[in-house]
Amino acid sequence: MVGIVGYGAYVPRMRVKVEEIARVWGKDGGRIGEGLGIKEKAVASFDEDSCTFAVEASRVAVKCSGVNPGDIGAVFVGSESKPYAVKPTATMVAEAIGATPHLTAADLEFACKAGTAGVQACMGMVSSGMIKYGLAVGSDTAQGRPNDALEYSAGGGGAAWLIGKDNTIAEIDATYSFTTDTPDFWRRQHAEFPRHAGRFTAEPAYFKHVLSAAKGLFERTGTTPKDYDYAVFHQPNGKFPLRAAKTLGFEESKIRQGLITPLIGNTYSAAAMIGMSSVLDVAKPGQTILLVSYGSGAGSDAFKLTVTNEIDKKGRRPCVPLLKAIEEKEYIDYSAYVKHRRKIKSL
Amino acid sequence: MKNATPLIWRNSADRYHLMGSHCATCNTDYFPERVVCPKCRRKGKIDAKQMPTEGKIYSFTEVHAAPTGFEHETPYYIAIIELPNGVKVLTQLVDSPDEKIKIGAQAKMCFRRIFEEGEEGIIAYGFKFKVV
Amino acid sequence: MRSVSIIGVGLTKFGEHWETSFRELISEAAGRAIADAKIEGKDVQAIFGGCMASGRLIGQEHIGALIADQLGMNPVPSTRVEAACASGGVALRAGIMAVASGTYDVVAVGGIEKMTEVSTEEAATALGGAGDQEWELFNGATFPALYALMARRHMLEYGTTEEQLAACAVKNHKNAVNNEYAQFRKEITVEDVMDSGYIATPLKLLDCSPITDGAATVILCSSDKAKKFCETPVEIISSVQASDSLALCQRQTLTAMRATQEAAKLAYAQAKITPKDVDFAEVHDCFTIAEVLATEDLGFFPKGKGGKAAQDGETALNAKVSINTSGGLKGKGHPVGATGVAQAAEATLQLQQRAGKRQVSDAEIGLTHNVGGSGATCTIHVYKRL
Repeated sequence: MVGIVGYGAYVPRMRVKVEEIARVWGKDGGRIGEGLGIKEKAVASFDEDSCTFAVEASRVAVKCSGVNPGDIGAVFVGSESKPYAVKPTATMVAEAIGATPHLTAADLEFACKAGTAGVQACMGMVSSGMIKYGLAVGSDTAQGRPNDALEYSAGGGGAAWLIGKDNTIAEIDATYSFTTDTPDFWRRQHAEFPRHAGRFTAEPAYFKHVLSAAKGLFERTGTTPKDYDYAVFHQPNGKFPLRAAKTLGFEESKIRQGLITPLIGNTYSAAAMIGMSSVLDVAKPGQTILLVSYGSGAGSDAFKLTVTNEIDKKGRRPCVPLLKAIEEKEYIDYSAYVKHRRKIKSL
Repeated sequence: MKNATPLIWRNSADRYHLMGSHCATCNTDYFPERVVCPKCRRKGKIDAKQMPTEGKIYSFTEVHAAPTGFEHETPYYIAIIELPNGVKVLTQLVDSPDEKIKIGAQAKMCFRRIFEEGEEGIIAYGFKFKVV
Repeated sequence: MRSVSIIGVGLTKFGEHWETSFRELISEAAGRAIADAKIEGKDVQAIFGGCMASGRLIGQEHIGALIADQLGMNPVPSTRVEAACASGGVALRAGIMAVASGTYDVVAVGGIEKMTEVSTEEAATALGGAGDQEWELFNGATFPALYALMARRHMLEYGTTEEQLAACAVKNHKNAVNNEYAQFRKEITVEDVMDSGYIATPLKLLDCSPITDGAATVILCSSDKAKKFCETPVEIISSVQASDSLALCQRQTLTAMRATQEAAKLAYAQAKITPKDVDFAEVHDCFTIAEVLATEDLGFFPKGKGGKAAQDGETALNAKVSINTSGGLKGKGHPVGATGVAQAAEATLQLQQRAGKRQVSDAEIGLTHNVGGSGATCTIHVYKRL
C-alpha cells in the first residue's frame, strides 16, 4: 500500500505580527487579527526562498525515511513563488538531497495545492511500479501586496513527503480530487503580486471545493467524519478550516493539531502539508487522518491516511516537532520585512 | 564575476553538500576539494568526501561594508567554523541571535542563497551555518 | 650571485588622482627615479612592473608593455608581476634576481595601481581577488572581513585590544605628516579610530588602509657599478619570498602569518643579522592587525605582544624599532601594486639620510615586508648602506 515514508517541514525564523502590518496602514490590528484568526506570519530572510525551504524540508523527509536518496525516482516541487519562472526548483532539490541523476523531476503550479498535486503524481508512479520512491514538495514565499487583505496572511514555508510502498509511516488509503475552472485568485505572468476576487474566494471557491472533495472521499471510502481522528484542511487563515470542519461535522478538537496558520500565516503550497506534519508528530499507530488541500483556480485534493506502527520507531519522525520548531522565532518590524521581501523597488 | 555559469555550476554539489576531499595516503580531509594533497603530492590518493555538517565557531566578524552583490544584506556575519575532522570552513552565519555568536559556539549547516547575478541572472545556492 | 643596490628612487604623491591617468602616474614615478639615479633612460636594460588588478580596475592588461611604451623604452624587455598586494615586492625581487644573476646591470622596478576609476564596491571586489575567489569572496568575505577574523582570534588568544590596534593607525598617521608623498597628512587620535564606524568587526574604518592611486619606481644596479651613478647606493643584503595557503581558513593559525615567519628566517640568515639589528622596517599594514602580526612574526616582539608594544610607543619613530616611518599603508596610502616598491623607496631614503623630519637616527639596517592577500605571499628585503 502506497504511503508516506518520510515527512519534513521548514518554517523560516522571522515573524511579522498582524498588528505591526496594521500599524503601518493605519488599521485596527487587533480586529484584523481576530477576523483572520492569525497572530503573526513567518517570512523568509533575504537569503531564503521557496527553493531553500524545499531543500530544508526535503532533507528532513529523506532523513526520516531512512531511504537511500539514489532510490528516489521522482521529485516534484509545487510552488507559486518559484525563484525562477523557467528552471525547475525540483532539480536543485534533487541535487541537494543526493538523488541525481537517475530520476525524473518537474515543478508544478496549482496555487496552494501544488504540493498535494505532486503527492498524487508520486502515488501513481509508485503504485504502478514505475518508481520506488517519489518526493513531493510544497513550498512558497508568498507575495503579500502592500495594504491588501492578503498581506496579513501571506507567509512562507515548505513541506515534503517521501512517497513509497515500503515501511510507510502512514498509508494513503485513498485520494479524491474535485477540480473546476474557478478564477478566485490568480497572478498574471509578469505581475509582481497576485490578485483575488474578494468575498468570491470563500463560498464558490474554497468551501465549494474543500467540502466537495471531502464528501467525494467519504463516498469513495464509505467513511464519515466520526471515522477520522484528525482532519487537516488547507488553511488560508485561521477561520476557514474551522468553518469547513463544522459544516462537515468534525469536532473542533480534531482539527486543532493541524491548524498552524494562526502562528505562521498561510504558507500556500506548503500549508496543508505543514498542518499534516504537526499531526504526524503526535498521531498514534492505527489512527486515521483526513487531509483536504485547496488551490485557487480551483481544486481540492482529499486524502485518507492511516498511521502505521513504523511511525513510533526511532528516527521516523523529525528530531524537532513542528510546534516546537516554530517557537524559534525572531520578530521584525515592517521596514525590515519590506527590506527582506524585496518590496523596495531598487532591490 | 559576471555570467560565470560554468564556474558557479561546477562547485554547486560541493556547496550543497559540503563535499571536499580525503587523502587516503595521509588520512587527511580537505575542504574545498583538492586535486593534489598538500602533504603527499604525487604519493597522495584523493577521493571525494562529505565533510561533517556541524562544528564550532573558530572566529567571526560582522561585515558592514560589503562587496558587489552583497550590499543589501549588511550587516551580516562571516565566520570560520572548525569541523570535528579538523577542517575549517569560511561561511556566512545566519539566523543566529547576536548574543549566541561566540567563539566556541556550536553551529550547523543550512541551505541558503549565496548570491545572484542581478535580477535576471543565475542564483548560486549553497551552505551557510547557523548557531545551534 | 652578485650584490645588487638601489641607486635612485621616484614616487608620485599617493592619493585620489582624478586628473592624472594610469599612464601619467607611470611616467611621473619613473622619470623621478631615473633623474634621482643620475642615469639616462637608455641605461635601463629591463623593466619589472608590479600591478595587481589593472584588468578589473582600468580594463587594461599587458602592463609590462604599457610601461615600456609609455617610458619610450622600447625594445627593452618589460614584465608585469602580480602577487596581489605583494606585486611590488615580488617585482622588486624579480628585478634583483635579474641583476644578481648577471643578466642585466641596470634594471628599473616599478609598481603602480589606479583604484579610483571604479566605484568603491568594485574596487573592494577587485581586491577580493587577492583571496580565495571561489570560497571567500564568493561567500561575501571582503578583505577587511578576513583580517577581522584574524584580529578576533588575536584578541581571544593574546588579549589584544581594539585600542592597541588603533595605536598603530595613530602612529602611522603621525609619521605620514612628515612624508610629502603621503595620502593623509593629518594626525588622528585613538578616539578618532574608535569612533570611525565598523567595517567588519572589530576593524573600523580607521583600522583599514585606504583606496589609493599612485606609482613608485626604484632603479637597481649591480653593486660593483653602483657608485658610478650614485654617491650613496643602498645595498640589498637580503631578498626572500615565501608562500602559504590562499584561503585563510586553511592556515594553521589565524594569529601568525607563516609566510612572514618563513621569509623572516630566510631573510635574517641571508643578511646574517637578527631582528635586534633592524633599525627600521616598512611593514605591510593593510589593516592595523596586520602591523601587529608583522612586528611579531618578524621577531621584533614576542608573539602576542605586538599590540601592547604599539600602544607603549615601542614602534614609534626612533623608539625600539621604527615601524612604518613613511606612514605605512595606513597613512601613506595603498596603491596595491606600488606599495612594495614604495617601501623600498622609503628604506633607501632612510639609509641615505634623506627622510627629513621622519629620519631614523643612525639608521644602518632597514627591512621591508610586503604581503599578498591575507598572507599567501610574503616577500622581505633587508637593506644597508653600500
